[in-house]
Amino acid sequence: MNKTVDSADAAIAGIGDNMILGLGGFGLCGIPENSISALIRKGVKGLTCISNNAGVDDFGIGLMLQSKQVKKMISSYVGENAEFERQLLSGELEVDLIPQGTLATRLLAAGYGMPAIFTPAGVGTEIANGKESRVFGEKEYLLEYAFHIDYSIVKAWKGDEYGNLIFKQTSRNFNPLIAMAGKITIAEVEELVPAGELDPDHIHLPGIYVHRIFQGSNYEKRIEQRTVRPRI
Amino acid sequence: MLDKNGIAKRIAKEVKDGYYVNLGIGIPTLVANYIPAGLNVVLQSENGLLGIGPFPIEGEEDADLINAGKQTITTLPGSAFFDSAMSFGMIRAGKVDLTILGAMEVSENGDIANWKIPGKMVKGMGGAMDLVASAKNIIVAMQHVNRAGESKLLPSCTLPLTGINCVKKIVTEMAVMDVLPNGGFRLLERAPGVSVDQIKNATAGKLIIEGEIPEMVI
Repeated sequence: MNKTVDSADAAIAGIGDNMILGLGGFGLCGIPENSISALIRKGVKGLTCISNNAGVDDFGIGLMLQSKQVKKMISSYVGENAEFERQLLSGELEVDLIPQGTLATRLLAAGYGMPAIFTPAGVGTEIANGKESRVFGEKEYLLEYAFHIDYSIVKAWKGDEYGNLIFKQTSRNFNPLIAMAGKITIAEVEELVPAGELDPDHIHLPGIYVHRIFQGSNYEKRIEQRTVRPRI
Repeated sequence: MLDKNGIAKRIAKEVKDGYYVNLGIGIPTLVANYIPAGLNVVLQSENGLLGIGPFPIEGEEDADLINAGKQTITTLPGSAFFDSAMSFGMIRAGKVDLTILGAMEVSENGDIANWKIPGKMVKGMGGAMDLVASAKNIIVAMQHVNRAGESKLLPSCTLPLTGINCVKKIVTEMAVMDVLPNGGFRLLERAPGVSVDQIKNATAGKLIIEGEIPEMVI
């Protein structure tokens, strides 16, 4: 069950043009930096990326937008990105905006083997257009389908050879959900350890959902909004 | 008239002991500064944290610890982390007692529009549609009129909706109102120095005035 690969480039083997990718992270927090760099080196194009956000101009998925590798983004919030806006307005890029909880739960459904979910998010709004709905009790819910992802790419704090993952603080966010929804899931970790080193009680995502794992390096971990209080 | 901090201060009085609260970006975030000491309140951040602490001391900020506005934050004793599905699970299941968010428009039947202006760049709804569809108690913090001087309290919203029949209470720089189940903004309080007529003139939707309207105590 050793799923270790040597490098980001080895981990993304098999990813080709026009595939559907899932990428973990919230804003720039917990994004798979090493794998994004490898995707840019590889130059795959026409990608559909499912990710809560689209990075910023010069970091995260924003870098893949600069290199024109993304055909479509499926996200809940895509602000803070001028190149994104330019490509969207010029028609080079498609975007499908989805309520954040719907996005998370459609990923969860995929990982739980359920074809669809019912959620009240978006009832009575334009995102309900053309969707099936059903009333339970006195409340209306929209039918939303599970995602099918060719390759999921996530970032964790610690992982072991079996692909068991532990996330740190709020960098967990979408990572375990994206991981669960992938036909093939790639995990990059800050610290890769032999099986047995992680306490089974502390695993956030069991390795059955992970197919390839590698030790990442040189994490920049850029902060989007640095808010502090003075040291007194 | 109240300033932004005044609106936040007034809304903080709606927060009760034992509440789990989700604060949106903007004025709602300021509410955290005015929650009375001694109240046990836990703030939820939809990116996966219960128990939002203050901003970190300079030099101690951590890229792995942010709020939904992507600001660096800290935890508190009793904080807990979780993934985004569980985060919206607890919201959808009605575990969060109070949601406070901003709005571009609110209608007299409690519809809210706050995510999209047609013809302008659309950044996305983030978690707003999920929050307004499920929260038990939604308070809107906003200005009474927009920059063009037009009322934001309308018979029906003109902008694309975020959710329907969901807003329970509205606090603006001029007034506190609740939204009646059968429709209409019921005036509850006036801001210091603001007359009922001024509020009437700034409200395009149905404003219900019953008896003497007291001035806010902040």
